Amino acid sequence: MKILVVDDERDIQTLFEQRFRKEIRDHSLEFAFAFSGEDALTYLAQHAHEAVLILSDINMPGMSGLELLGHIKQTYFKPPPVVMMITAYGDAENFNMAKQLGADDFLTKPVDFTLLKEKLKNIH
Amino acid sequence: MLLEFILAMVIIRYLRTYLKKENITASWDRQLIIALAISIGLFVMGSVFKQLVYAGALLLDILLLYIMWTAYNTRVFLPLKPAIYAVLPYVVVSVVANIVPLLSRQWADDIHEYSEMAKLFAVIWMLAMWFITKKQRKAIETERLRAQEKEKQYALTEAIKSQLEIQVAERTAALTQQKEELQQALTELQSTQAQLIQSEKMASLGELTAGIAHEIQNPLNFVNNFSEVNTELMAEMKTAIDSGDMEEVKAIADDIIANEQKINYHGKRADAIVKGMLQHSRSSGGQKEPTDINALADEYLRLAYHGLRAKDKSFAATMKTDFDESIGKINVIPQDLGRVILNLITNAFYVVAEKKRPLTPDGRVNLASKDYVPTVTVSTKKTGNKVEIKVADNGNGIPAHILDKIFQPFFTTKPTGQGTGLGLSMSYDIVTKGHGGELKVSTKENEGSVFTILLPLQN
Repeated sequence: MKILVVDDERDIQTLFEQRFRKEIRDHSLEFAFAFSGEDALTYLAQHAHEAVLILSDINMPGMSGLELLGHIKQTYFKPPPVVMMITAYGDAENFNMAKQLGADDFLTKPVDFTLLKEKLKNIH
Repeated sequence: MLLEFILAMVIIRYLRTYLKKENITASWDRQLIIALAISIGLFVMGSVFKQLVYAGALLLDILLLYIMWTAYNTRVFLPLKPAIYAVLPYVVVSVVANIVPLLSRQWADDIHEYSEMAKLFAVIWMLAMWFITKKQRKAIETERLRAQEKEKQYALTEAIKSQLEIQVAERTAALTQQKEELQQALTELQSTQAQLIQSEKMASLGELTAGIAHEIQNPLNFVNNFSEVNTELMAEMKTAIDSGDMEEVKAIADDIIANEQKINYHGKRADAIVKGMLQHSRSSGGQKEPTDINALADEYLRLAYHGLRAKDKSFAATMKTDFDESIGKINVIPQDLGRVILNLITNAFYVVAEKKRPLTPDGRVNLASKDYVPTVTVSTKKTGNKVEIKVADNGNGIPAHILDKIFQPFFTTKPTGQGTGLGLSMSYDIVTKGHGGELKVSTKENEGSVFTILLPLQN
């Protein structure tokens, strides 16, 4: 399963690679990283339908996670990839907005990887 | 004889009139009536018995002298002294003229002409004195009336004066009260202003809080997760040691070291953010310290951006920075100058967001919105002995008619409740009074505004 992680924090790549090193090693999971909403859209345009799951931060300079979410859910209608939103604000407003735009799930920072792994299993 | 009698009548009457006028009664008047009776008696006697004419006249003279003597020596008749002087010569002449015939007829005939002459002079004297006295009395009377009039006028003036004094006292009291009321109003206004300034600080702190939450959760995310990863890696390392795979052990150890460095880096990042927040909320009175202006501007640019983003999910803008790295550190109060930069940047973001809105304030579709890229540029530059910090936006610009008001306290173009109107006025004070610098603005309609902070290098 290929997962696209979108966040403006560059260390997120190292973190994910370490956190999922076993999964990466045994090729059960594959990761791609984008450091802005625009990057993510470019990646998706080039690798259509490759990514099954998109994990996106909401607060990013330029295109926000929510805008990205809107684009993804509109452009890649069939089959729409699963999109999980990650944000530093655990507020209801962000949550509702993300749900409304079609987000499949919602995570707060700091990311609980045990919980994330559980969620990924369910997607399998 | 007749003249003496008439004189006696006139004098007595004169005295009585005087007494009456001065309101002096009783004994004096009675004595005068007696004198009157005696003189009438003497006159009758002298008229009936021709040989007693001189004796009668003499007695009348004596009576007159007595009256005049008494009057002269009495306090009551003091004002009549001139009259006595007037009459006295005649009486004396008369006495002599009446005594002489009694002593010798021959002598009397000899001196008759002289006595008649003397009598004439005495009468002239008397009349002259009478005229003079009358004139004097009249003058005195006029003077007295004038004095009375003056006194009246004085009393009137006094009355008006005291009335005026009362009015002045009333007005003074009213003014004092007004002054106290104004003083109180001023005190209240000052405390309100202080409260507003505090609430402006709190408002900007509120704007920051959301930004800070985001800024702090990101490093915490790394700190927590990398430390958990390290725990897992340590367990893996143990297994690798047990199996004797030293290559693997080294690889894991390298990972752990790299992760620890990341934990440390992000921990420090969180620390800096919290310190910045504390500095911002601290009330002014901060000390000037060598500060990296570029880092300060960058920090507050990020905070402002994330703060707005937290409030308005749809908000997005392009941030550009152009920092002059040759500036180095300059002496400023970081939290104060940070507040100014934050304020200018927040305003810039606000105006570009307004321009980007799909609908204009009056409800029409904003056609320009689609192609518009909201951009805020923060730049620094060293020019001679000054450092300039520019915050530029590509918003709608500031209308000319409000340009001279924007630095006034409480002036705001934001809807009620959204701005205190103190941001720019506080910024102005901080830059000019706090740092001896300048805060300038240049604006072009539909093209945007540039706020420039000019700080002197040596302060």
